[in-house]
Amino acid sequence: MGILSLMLAIPAIAAILCIFSGDRLARFVALGATLVNFALGLVMWRGFEVNGAQWQFVERADLFGRFQYALGIDGMALMLILLTAFLMPLCILASWQAIQKRVGLYMGMFLLMEAIVIGVFAAQDLILFYIFFEAALIPMYFIIGIWGGDNRKYAAFKFFLYTLLGSVLMLIAMIVMINTAGTSDITALLNYDFPTNMQFWLWLAFFASLAVKMPMFPVHTWLPDAHVQAPTAGSMILAGVLLKMGSYGFIRFMMPMFPDASADLMWVVFILSMIAVVYTSLIALVQNDMKKLIAYSSVAHMAIVTAGLFAFNQQGLEGALVIMLSHGVVSAALFFCVGVIYDRLHTREISRYGGLAINMPAYAVFFLLFTMASIGLPGTSGFVGEFLSLLGIYEASSFVALICATGIILGAAYMLYLYRRVVFGDLTKDDVKAMTDLNAREWAIMVPLAAVALWMGIYPESFLAPMRDDVAFVVERLADAKPAGDAQLAAPAVIAGVAQ
Amino acid sequence: MIADLNLIWPEIILAVGAMVTLMIGVYLGDRRVALYQISTMVTLAAAIAAVATIFGTEATAFSGTVAVDNFGNFAKILIYAASLVCIVIAPRFFEKGMKAEYPVLVVLAALGMGIMVSSRDMMTLYIGLELNSLAAYVLASFMRNDDRSSEAGLKYFVLGALASGMLLYGISLLYGFSGSTQFNEIAAALASDVSRGELFGLIFVLAGLAFKISAVPFHMWTPDVYEGAPTPVTAFFASAPKVAAMALMTRVAIDAMGPALGAWQQIVIFLALASIILGAVGAIGQKNIKRLLAYSSINNVGFMLIGLAAGTQAGVEAILTYLVVYLVTTLGAFLVVLQLTDKDGNRVESIPALAGLSSSRPGLAAAMAVFLFSLAGIPPLFGFWPKYLVFEAAVAADLVPLAVAGIVASVIGAYYYIAVIKTMYFDDKSDVQITGQGTLIDNAMLAASAVWLCVIGYLFIPVLGTVSTSAASVLF
Repeated sequence: MGILSLMLAIPAIAAILCIFSGDRLARFVALGATLVNFALGLVMWRGFEVNGAQWQFVERADLFGRFQYALGIDGMALMLILLTAFLMPLCILASWQAIQKRVGLYMGMFLLMEAIVIGVFAAQDLILFYIFFEAALIPMYFIIGIWGGDNRKYAAFKFFLYTLLGSVLMLIAMIVMINTAGTSDITALLNYDFPTNMQFWLWLAFFASLAVKMPMFPVHTWLPDAHVQAPTAGSMILAGVLLKMGSYGFIRFMMPMFPDASADLMWVVFILSMIAVVYTSLIALVQNDMKKLIAYSSVAHMAIVTAGLFAFNQQGLEGALVIMLSHGVVSAALFFCVGVIYDRLHTREISRYGGLAINMPAYAVFFLLFTMASIGLPGTSGFVGEFLSLLGIYEASSFVALICATGIILGAAYMLYLYRRVVFGDLTKDDVKAMTDLNAREWAIMVPLAAVALWMGIYPESFLAPMRDDVAFVVERLADAKPAGDAQLAAPAVIAGVAQ
Repeated sequence: MIADLNLIWPEIILAVGAMVTLMIGVYLGDRRVALYQISTMVTLAAAIAAVATIFGTEATAFSGTVAVDNFGNFAKILIYAASLVCIVIAPRFFEKGMKAEYPVLVVLAALGMGIMVSSRDMMTLYIGLELNSLAAYVLASFMRNDDRSSEAGLKYFVLGALASGMLLYGISLLYGFSGSTQFNEIAAALASDVSRGELFGLIFVLAGLAFKISAVPFHMWTPDVYEGAPTPVTAFFASAPKVAAMALMTRVAIDAMGPALGAWQQIVIFLALASIILGAVGAIGQKNIKRLLAYSSINNVGFMLIGLAAGTQAGVEAILTYLVVYLVTTLGAFLVVLQLTDKDGNRVESIPALAGLSSSRPGLAAAMAVFLFSLAGIPPLFGFWPKYLVFEAAVAADLVPLAVAGIVASVIGAYYYIAVIKTMYFDDKSDVQITGQGTLIDNAMLAASAVWLCVIGYLFIPVLGTVSTSAASVLF
């Protein structure tokens, strides 16, 4: 049994154990299993050969007849699996005390989720991928629906049906692909050239699914609902990992498999991304609910990811991938920051807080760090991704880059505004005064998140190196279809003259 | 003649077993129901074994009116196994009301279905269908002191008779215009040219059969009969006759009407889409779990018809795989429904009463959740796989718009399945306390089907693939 199968099996088996065990035991089983999985992830990272074969840790077994049990990872998948394995133990710790009802089932659902998400990133067979991709709905449906907030049932339904409606169209597209190419092997399909007019329809079907998952404007409306209602750890995993399934689909399937359609339809993605960046940032600015604010900021960040991906160049793609990883860590951290004070005061309303810097100094420091990382301050993970992707976008279209850059300014505005209202100001409210600073468990969650956010900001090469070849592969696939960038053309003549 | 009898000995076993049990029942009365139960179970098991021994033979009997082939054998194994399960689960439901006739009628219905799926002639078809239907009408009204049960029986009978009439009318037209009642000769007549009379006959035959599989617009009886009939009978209606009618319809469509694919394909497409959409939309407002499962069966039949609409071997293979998975899921769901009783022993059928089932009966709720997600076709549950095959067949037959429409409509269906799961898992406990317990065998079957539908089923894809290929290839 290979290491990837092990990483699927451990959480799956632990999930069954958790469901049948008592509350106390379930917590430890879940923590143990996720830590073991993280350790396995690190082993895999160590064993991953940078600049080696495109697909590593490949496992193939003809278990299902019609499709293969085929697992394998490239650098992108490795990083996303690591992100998942890294966040999962933190999520378990974050729900240690917050979840008191039906703990066994809760932990079981999280572990199932881990197995499913790792499966999504590791699957090398289209059908296997789809099974994992859609399976993720089930645990998340339960997590939101059972342990969520007051309006949890509505949010769970909306989440489920929205994402299901998207994915079924992708299924038909996959069947058409399998039928045309005669194989469901992803590695083979990556090098298969579909007829251009077919690519168009396949692209649209995939787009319908992945845009919902991302989520892109205008199908993003499920996300704020789901986030607000989900328990803290649910939001962490939703923002940290599940959203990445969408962008992973873009870069794994749509761009290399349908290069012509991607090039023809890139304006669709650009327009939707530009609208999303500005529109959701403006919405975030006026939110009173902390979680909703961060949820909208996720949509804005994901829009920069899509724009970066569709820049079709090395910088844009690398930048998008770094944002995906960085956003995975930072948004999970921000949701956890909200969770910390929510556990103490049981409200997400921003105006109920204020002056936390006085009685919760350690919390204030961490929150500041993650706020800065979200804004993209140099030295944090956010900066690397945003800089690279804007560079890539600029090369493709200076106008799109201009709009996306305003999103970053707006991002600074809403995040700093949030931070000021929650952490600064006078400590006047009695219940807020009574709030205590971070406890040991919360430290244990904050420190690794902060460390990774800084590491990614200071030395992103550790994360970029394994992905470079994969990005180059995608760029290569797109090379023929890619339109010429307009950066030089669009730059005003005056500036061009000065530059000369 | 003797050689012919050798080919149908599974059916002979059933006929003899049913008669013997009935005669013992006359002498010993209703006190010895356990005995009849066992004797009919043995009969069905023997019939399954008999089918297994002739698996692989491909022959016709009785001057070409009966076909013995893998297609029929495949369906027969499913039918007899489902009938067996429906006898096993019955006594706990009827308790003192259990009568000798119940197992006998189930066996007779199974016999009718066995004849249906191996018919190669319109008359054999009709005899099998009527044998099955007459037994089914009695079964539906089995609790004769119960208004709902009598009403279900009557409704089923009147509408069933209407459908039989349509079928017969269609058969007579086909006979009149093609000159034969045998499938291969009808096919030969249709191959040259489809006359207007033949077209009418074909449509009436399909309409009559659509009634039996409860495809929209011939579905009206289904929710009422499912709701009114005693639960084990409903489980029976939802399982075995569905297999038989679906297999029969497939055989008639491919074997007898195959050359006229262009004429019936659009009808089947309409039936499929209408069933999927109405099966989904109609279920949304339902408050009774049995009615909900009725709509679910309409919905699922729609998906199977997509496979038939493809008109290809891949489509038929998909139908057969679908039938296996559907059977397991449906029987599992009814096993759950059978256990829903409150502390006074009253049956609980209302969906709102299931609120909080996940905390009072976690195992039962989990199993039900598995069945519902599987019926909705959400992977990783195995219900996804036959849906995938059906859509694959449709895409391969260049019916992409049909596949798209079907799959989008399936999302509507997902809504009501997850709504039941919501009730069980998210809602606060209802006042009704569900205390019913299953027997060891019931629970074992329940657990086995739920586990199979979780990921284990995927390991059976090669087996299912081989068997369904060998069965479907007979028709092409």
